[in-house]
Amino acid sequence: MMYGYEWDTTTWLTYTTSILPIILIGLTVTLKAAAAGFAIALVLGLAFALLRRSRLIAISWTTAVIVEFLRDTPLLVQLFFLYYVLPEFGIVLPAFLTGALALGLQYAAYTSEVYRGGIEAVARGQWEAATALNLTRMQAYRDIIIPQAIPRIVPAMGNYLVAMIKETPVLSVVTVMEMMGLANMIGERTFEYLVPLTLVGLIFLLLTLICSAGLHRLQKALPKAGIPLR
Amino acid sequence: MTEDNTAPIIEFSNVAKRFGPLTVLDDFNFTVRKGEKVTLIGPSGSGKSTVLRILMTLEPFQDGRLTLSGMSYHEPNGKGPFKASERHLRQIRTHVGMVFQSFNLFPHMTVLRNVVEAPLRVLGIARAEAECRALQLLDMVGLADKKDFYPSQLSGGQQQRVAIARALAMRPRVLLFDEPTSALDPQLVGEVLSVIRGLAHEHDLTMLLVTHEMRFAREVSDRVCFFDKGRICEQGAPDEIFGAPREARTREFLSSVLA
Ligand SMILES: Nc1ncnc2c1ncn2[C@@H]1O[C@H](COP(=O)(O)OP(=O)(O)OP(=O)(O)O)[C@@H](O)[C@H]1O
Ligand SMILES: [Mg+2]
Repeated sequence: MMYGYEWDTTTWLTYTTSILPIILIGLTVTLKAAAAGFAIALVLGLAFALLRRSRLIAISWTTAVIVEFLRDTPLLVQLFFLYYVLPEFGIVLPAFLTGALALGLQYAAYTSEVYRGGIEAVARGQWEAATALNLTRMQAYRDIIIPQAIPRIVPAMGNYLVAMIKETPVLSVVTVMEMMGLANMIGERTFEYLVPLTLVGLIFLLLTLICSAGLHRLQKALPKAGIPLR
Repeated sequence: MTEDNTAPIIEFSNVAKRFGPLTVLDDFNFTVRKGEKVTLIGPSGSGKSTVLRILMTLEPFQDGRLTLSGMSYHEPNGKGPFKASERHLRQIRTHVGMVFQSFNLFPHMTVLRNVVEAPLRVLGIARAEAECRALQLLDMVGLADKKDFYPSQLSGGQQQRVAIARALAMRPRVLLFDEPTSALDPQLVGEVLSVIRGLAHEHDLTMLLVTHEMRFAREVSDRVCFFDKGRICEQGAPDEIFGAPREARTREFLSSVLA
């Protein structure tokens, strides 16, 4: 898609304006990947946390091993694994999905620990009251425990979101054309890296700042006692 | 009153409860008749809370037999610490409710929602009906006007009254109170006791109450059990226990708390 373009590298200003449209296309890919990855991390992380707290030792132990594995191996390795090894088992995913999945899996391992901490911080009396009222374990989690854990876990979750956004450039190695991959490609063609890389760096900085500010507001807006989920 | 009311609803036979190496109940025997109001008193660590928590299935016990309305807590081939399936435990819990020393209201829910939640989710009662009944119960504890408040906006006494309404909303046959006024400022104790006093007149409701309010125990209970080191050292009608205790340990304890 880039072959039709000629970039005007005469001044940094003309260079910036000529590459901005394509960088912004990359930005949408970056945002989509981060959003999809984070959504996977939030859902899967909760599942990991609950399974890890299962009373069945086989389940909690297996989950612990999986989580530990995901946490302790590099994202790049996991990404290549999904991209090159899964197709050998007949599972062929689009590059974007593979990338989002890799991000989501690794960050699910992180968020599961956040969930676990948040869940364990809820007073034991809350479980006892839920039991005395004959709620099932699932009902207790959904209606009593997790709603109270949410305000406590938001700050740590926010940090992981920011960290994940900053890790999206790694997806360029499996041909996902996010911002960083595009900037690199532009540099390869023009032999002028300074402007595209600076531009991308600044956009990442802006994204991170916006996220942090948004999280700060969210944190303030959330009721400290918790939020009912239904 | 009726013949039914003399039947035992709770029966501990030779129950043993251990926390690791610590034996809290050993060869424990205790029977409660349907509708009876029983107060458990005794020194700290004597096992009063443990008895209630076992009844509420919050704690498993190791040996012996416990039945509620003839239903055994342990199942013949029951697994896990409770020696029973979750399904069986839930069956038992439909008959028992508990009021805690620290209230344990759900802080993220309004008063009304606290009371309505379990009837809605567990008993499957329609919302309109559950709310209607919750309001009646809140009215009974004098807090209908606080239905949209959150627990943190209430005094301790008000929170405990909500907790009582919440427990009653599940229509338990047996209601357990573990030091329901111990966490309260002295001036708030009375309002909670008067709600409990009202319940003492419900003669289908079996009540077990752990308390340090001796005058109240004497007034509301049919029977007082003095616990010492995991055993019921002495029990009898309140006038006997408070008026003419037979055991030296009972006299010692009573003189220390009534002093
Ligand atoms: N979860 C636990 N783990 C270990 N020991 C426990 C546990 N719960 C209770 N115990 C011990 O069991 C014994 C009986 O405790 P229990 O709470 O039943 O006493 P209690 O009569 O209610 O006393 P109190 O008046 O202080 O509430 C105590 O020695 C206590 O330390
Ligand atoms: Mg106690």
